[in-house]
Formats: sequence, structure tokens, C-alpha cells
Amino acid sequence: MRKDLLSKLTVSASVAVLAGMTVVSAVQAATELTVYTAVEAEDLKKYAKAFNKTNPDIKIKWVRDSTGVVTAKLLAEKKNPVADVVWGLAATSLMLLKEEGMTQGYAPKGVGSLDKKFVDSANPPHWTGMDAWIASVCYNTVEAGKKNLPVPTSWADLAKPVYKGSVVMPNPASSGTGFLDVSSWLQLFGEEGGWKFMDGLHKNIAWYTHSGSKPCKQAASGETPIGISFAFRGAKSKNKGAPLTIVVPSEGVGWDMEATAIMKGTKNLAAAQKLVDFTVTKDANVMYNKGYAVVAFPGVAKPVKNFPVGITEAMIDNDFEWAASNRGRILAEWKNRYDAKSEPKK
Amino acid sequence: MSDAALTSHISPQPVVKPKLSRDDWIMRACMVGIGSLLVIFIVLPLYTMLSKSVENKAEEFIGLANFNEYFSTPALFQSAANSLSIALISTFVVISVAFVYGYALTRTCMPYKWLFKIIAVIPLLTPSLLGGISLVYWFGNQGVAKALLLGETIYGPIGITIGSSYWVFPHALMIIITALSITDARLYEAADALRTTKFRTFFTVTLPGCKYGLTSAAFVVFTLVFTDFGVPKVIGGNYNMLATDVYKQVIGQQNFQMGAVVSVVLLVPAILAFVVDQIVQKKQVAMLSARAVPYAPKPSAGRDMSMLIFCSIVALVIVGMLGMAQYAALVKFWPYNLSLSFSNYDFDVMDGGGWEAFWNSLEMATYTAIIGTVVIFYGSYLMEKGRGFDVGRKIFHMLAILPLAVPGLVLGLAYIFFFNNPANPFHFVYGTIGILVLVSISHFYTVSHLTAVTALKQMDPEFESVSASLKAPFYKTFFRVTVPVCTPAILDVSMYLFLNAMTTVSAVIFLYSSDTTLASVAVMNMDDAGDIAPAAAMAMMIAYTCAGVRIMHSILSRGLIKHTQAWRNH
Repeated sequence: MRKDLLSKLTVSASVAVLAGMTVVSAVQAATELTVYTAVEAEDLKKYAKAFNKTNPDIKIKWVRDSTGVVTAKLLAEKKNPVADVVWGLAATSLMLLKEEGMTQGYAPKGVGSLDKKFVDSANPPHWTGMDAWIASVCYNTVEAGKKNLPVPTSWADLAKPVYKGSVVMPNPASSGTGFLDVSSWLQLFGEEGGWKFMDGLHKNIAWYTHSGSKPCKQAASGETPIGISFAFRGAKSKNKGAPLTIVVPSEGVGWDMEATAIMKGTKNLAAAQKLVDFTVTKDANVMYNKGYAVVAFPGVAKPVKNFPVGITEAMIDNDFEWAASNRGRILAEWKNRYDAKSEPKK
Repeated sequence: MSDAALTSHISPQPVVKPKLSRDDWIMRACMVGIGSLLVIFIVLPLYTMLSKSVENKAEEFIGLANFNEYFSTPALFQSAANSLSIALISTFVVISVAFVYGYALTRTCMPYKWLFKIIAVIPLLTPSLLGGISLVYWFGNQGVAKALLLGETIYGPIGITIGSSYWVFPHALMIIITALSITDARLYEAADALRTTKFRTFFTVTLPGCKYGLTSAAFVVFTLVFTDFGVPKVIGGNYNMLATDVYKQVIGQQNFQMGAVVSVVLLVPAILAFVVDQIVQKKQVAMLSARAVPYAPKPSAGRDMSMLIFCSIVALVIVGMLGMAQYAALVKFWPYNLSLSFSNYDFDVMDGGGWEAFWNSLEMATYTAIIGTVVIFYGSYLMEKGRGFDVGRKIFHMLAILPLAVPGLVLGLAYIFFFNNPANPFHFVYGTIGILVLVSISHFYTVSHLTAVTALKQMDPEFESVSASLKAPFYKTFFRVTVPVCTPAILDVSMYLFLNAMTTVSAVIFLYSSDTTLASVAVMNMDDAGDIAPAAAMAMMIAYTCAGVRIMHSILSRGLIKHTQAWRNH
């Protein structure tokens, strides 16, 4: 009798243990991917949700910061990489990581249907582009009107004394948008002309910001009449009712791609590949198109409301390789010229 | 730091060496245990940071090369000069205002003192960034009172000074009130009897009487402003300061070695101020003799009226800062659509971690308050009530007051170096909420420790002697007598820890991960991304939480004090 009870207990106990183990293994089956990104915070949840529709067993753990910070973080962690995948970082930054041997080549399923410009030329490619983000100038009609500032039509205009203290731009050391501006000016005006232009522009800068969207948000709220930012941000703020005109400077505008790459040495390679497969799908590109007028998948792009007209034609023929390999030098020079100075004198 | 505890000293022990009981050994072992925790979580991280500052990126020893590189950049002197001048000006402003305000609260018959006391505490309930954010709405380019600046910009030294002064004001005020409260009325009677003019009495009695309090307050303010980076981050524009330099080096460029170098530079004046303060405090011990008569102010219509006006202006500024942040948080689209809505509270679509950050903060502050109070109170009990082992107790005391000299930013950076090393057995706390709790307890250890010590000192040592002679084990005395008697102090400590954990930015800015974002950090990150109205909204959520906890604390202490402190009135 007693023995019976004992054995019953033993059996039920082992059942409980087994059940517990199944639960544990079910939890373990859900892989967690650490994904570094510089995508706008408001889009991250959407992106993860779309991915989990087809891959419910892979959980994304986002680490988000501005482009410069994410890049610096990845480089600092070179010895002990934490990230599995980078989804949504400037292509120039990913090229730099590729040069450092930190990325893993992988041809995602369906990569063939992407626009060639958006795919790394190596075989297998180390990074694939998602969309392009394009420099623009946010011009607040109300505040500029109060100060009698004419609408600038070119970059050169922004260096004119009339705009003294009226322009805000992102710091290229921390912001990807800031860096694409600086690298595009150096390509447009040449090294010497580019720095000369920036010397003039620096005199007009009220302050440099940490993030690339802040200048446009500040222009939207009138803290500054003019903010150098990117088109997508301008369109978003304008859609919210800000009195903005989004200017496409006539010399041409710099741009960069948001791109995706797998980090070398990831312990979750299979899951990482699934994620990257998703990032090149048509569905994903439709999702990118919510904010970005130019995406990697041909024929997907629909016009974005309030996106400046003619901006795709104004995109410069950007030499990403040059920008990537000169990134360190350009930033050092920039810091040396402008960062060390205290507040611009009036 | 305001506490009278700073003025007290460890009473000399009797020379008799009693035989050590088992209790003594247990208590010593526990004290050594807590002492080692202090070494692990404060001393070792600082040591690691100091050694990083003399290493290169490959972690090879390179002597002072980093310092050489740093000191050869002209930007450094600019930043150092900026930090110094801002800290000096703020100290002057805050001490002057806090002195008059404190004087009005302690030495006059001004009406509504209770109200002014409450208002003065408000900045303690908000993250230091709130002042900066409010200033943008008051005096920014779209600010409602921009004209008052006469064309000067708020982004820069003016904004930093006002914003810093706002949040350090209560810290200075508390110390000054304590200093002004301990005075001997007989001195004033004597002055009256000698027909000394009020003016002369002020300079020969009042000021000398609180000079130690004033110096102490000045050092506290100076250190806080010198090492704070929240306010300059929000409102500093391109005006570089040392604390923002650390942030830029570490966060912006992931250059940890240089961050360590600037941290060491920051640590120097903080430690200097701390040492001077300790010396000054020692001198004040004998200020108040047993025969002193408490001072009771007499009404004086003119003085009370002018004080009322002065305090009202200060109070108005504080309320104005808070009110503007709340208003701006509710405005739909400043300045073009001033209709009110809750859309700025939709934190989940912004940078910074969303509502989760707020709940994380609550969780973190609660753990900090509970664990911190238990450890700190027990530690101070062991130190204060243990017998013998003087060397150990002195060392423990030194360890306990050390955190006061370490700026939060420096401690946070030290934690990265120490805990992010995979070889460290405590590496597992890195990136968890645990490290945030640890850094908060360590950072706010000293004031909590001193509060507990003060309360314990008020307890008659007879309790322990009687219990010991009755062969009651020490833990029984501890739970049955010591804890109930010290309930008010225990509650004060836990509230202090909770409020500070909720509002701190500097200690945690380097240590949060994407799973453990905090509300105070979210305020900063949202401001960084240009979402300043949501930043204000989050700052106000912190303010309401802290105010709620404070109100709960006073209700709870009133009830408990009635229950446990009745003996004081017998």
C-alpha cells in the first residue's frame, strides 16, 4: 500500500520534472537575436512585428542609438562582439566594419531581385541595402519669415552671413546624417572647397546636435529657423502640421543607405540568416517605403506624402567606398576644426 | 550631507577589554562582510578606472601618455575653464539665495513657512534635466519669456547656470537650515543687552555662527554643479564642460580610456572639496554646548514682509519651472498648436525605451530602497553598536563616506570597466537591473549611512548592555529594540534612496541596456532626439511618482512614529 503510494509519487514527480523540462526547452527554442540599429525608434516595433509574423520563434533584442554611436560601439566590441545582426545602419559604417573583417558574407534568399546599387559587390555580399535616406534642409516658414530670412536654394546659400545663428546641423561624429552631409560636401566641392564651405557654414551654426532628426524637429517647433536633416524626417514633421518647407539644395544632396549585415562569429547564424532573408523581401521593402521614398526593391516605392519633389534626381553619385575608408580621417579633421571651439561667437 | 551626523564623531571606547562573546564575533564577521561589499562595489571599480586611464586601447600600461594627450588639446582648458566658472557662479547664486531663504525659514516670523518648506523641496523630486527643459520653454527661441534675456541666448552659460542653480538649491538649503537652527539664543540676548545694532549682530553673531554650514553647502553645490552633465547636455548648446566631455568621449566615440582620463580630472576637485569639507566639519563639533538656549525669532513687520516677498519670488521660480514642464508636456505642438492632449505621453513611439523605461525605474528604485536600506542600516548598526575592533570600525566608516566624494558619472564609468570584464566573477550583473541597483546604492550610500548613524547615536547604549547582561542575543535586541526605535530614520533612508534612484541620470547613464532603460535616461534620450515635449512629460511622470512616494512616506512615518515613538514623550 505504502509502496504503491511511493511509486505513484515518484511517477507524478518525474512527470512534473519532464513537463518542466519541456517548458524549459520550448522557451529555449525561441532564439534571441541581438540586433544593433540606428532606425528611428518609432519604427522598431513595426519592424520586429512584421518579421515575427513569419518567424515567431526568433525574438529580436534591439540596441538602438544614433549611427555614430552604434558604429563606435561595434568597433569597440570588436574583440567580443555582442551583436548578431546589424539591421538599419549606414552602409558607409557597414563598409568600414567589412574592412575591419567584422562582417559575415551571406547572400540572402531573393537578393537577386534587389537594385544592384543596394547590394555589396563582393560575392557573397557582406551587406544589403534597405532604403536610401537623403539629406534635406528643413526651413520653418513662420520663424524665417519673422527674421526675414530668404528661402535657401543651395548649400552655398547657407554659408551666407544672413543666416548667422539660424542654422542647426547634426554633429557628424555621432550622427550618420551629419556624416553623409560632410562627405557629400567634400565630394561636391572637393576637399579644399568642401572645408572652405564648412568654415563659412560653421559661422552660421547655432549649435550641433547629437542626432540627425533633432535639427528638423527643432526647425518644426521653431527653435531654429533652419535645420539640416533628412527628407524623411522633414516629411514626417510636415505631416504632423509643422510649418515647414523642405528644401533640396541645388548642388545635389548627399545620401546614404540603411543596410543590413550579419556579424562574424555570431552564435545564432541560422536565425541571423532568417532575419536577413526577411529584410530583402518585398514585404519588408513595402514597410521601408512608409517613410523612405527610395527603397532597394525595384517597383515597390510609392510616393511618400510631403516628400520633396525632385529629390531622387538631386541625389549625388555617392562614392561610398571613399566615404567609408576616409571616415576616420574626415571626422578627425572635422572635430579638430569645429568641435573644439566653444559656442560660435556672435 | 545636511545631517547633523557629519558633525558628530565616534565616541572614544573604554579601554577595558572584555572577553569577546559569540555575538561579538558574529557582528564583526557581518561588518567585515558588508565592508568587503563596499570594497568590491566602490573601491575596486574606482581602482580599475584609475588604471584604465594609464592604459592604451590594447590595455598596455603607457604611463601618463593619455593625460599628456588630453592636456595638450586646447579644448580641455576651454572645458575646464567653462566648468569652473559655471560652478563658481552657480555656487555664489545658490548660496546667497539659499541663505536668505533659510534665514527666513529659521530666524523670522514670516507667515506660510510650511508652504515655502514644501516648495523648496520640489527640485529633489525631479531629474536635474527638468530645469533645462523648462528653460527651453521659458527662454528658448520660442520661449514665452524670451524677451527677458535681452537678445542673449539661453543655450549656453546662462541656461546652465539657471538650470543648475534650480536643482541644487534644496541641497544647499537643507545644510544651511541645519546650520542656522543650531544657534544659541543667549548670544543674541547678550548682543541686545549690549545694544549692538541688528546689522552688527548679523555680522558678528549670525554669520560666524553658520560659517561652517555655509562652507559645507558651498562645497556641496560646487561639486554637484561641477560634475553634473544633465543640465549642460540639455541647455548647454555648444558650450563644452568637463562632464559633457566625458559623455562625448564614452558614448559618442566609445573612447573609454579618454573617458577615464577626463573622469580622473573631474574626480580631483570633487575629492578636494570633500577633504576640505571633512576638515571643516570636524571643527564644528564643539559649536553647541549643552547649556545653549534654542533661538526663537520675534516678529518684526518690515523684515518678515520683505522675507515673504523674497521667498515668494524664489518659490514662484521653482513652481514656474515645474508648471512650465507640465504645461509643455500637454501642449500638442509647441508653439503652433497650443491645444492640449496626451499625445506626448505616447512614449512607446519615441526614443528612450517607452513606458517600459518608467516601470523599470520604479522597479529599480524600489529594489534600491529595500536592499539599500537593509544593508546600509545594518552596516551602520554594526559599526555603531559593535564593541571593540576600533580599527575595523574606523575603516568601515571611511569606506562608508567615500562615495560622497565620487561623482555619479565617474562611478558609472568605473562600473563599466569593472563589471564588463568577462573575467570578473560579477560580470553576470552587467546589463541587468542588478547593476543599476548596485550603482545607486553605492552612489547614495554616504548620506543614508550618516542618517542611520545619527539615529543610532541617539539610542542609549544601556539597551545593548542590559540585553547582553540578560543574555539576549544581539539580533533579538536589534529587531525588538533598535529597529523600532530607529523607524523614522529607516523610513528616511529608504525614501532618500528611492527618490535619488528615480531621478539620477549621471550614475546610470553608462550602465543601462536596451532591456533596462530608465525613465530619467529616457528623458535625456528623448531630448537628444529632439522630442522635448515627451521628455518633459516623462520628467513630470518621475516628479509625480516621487511626490506620491514622499506623501506616502510622511503619512506612513506619522502613523508609525505614533506607534513606535511614544516612548520619546515619556
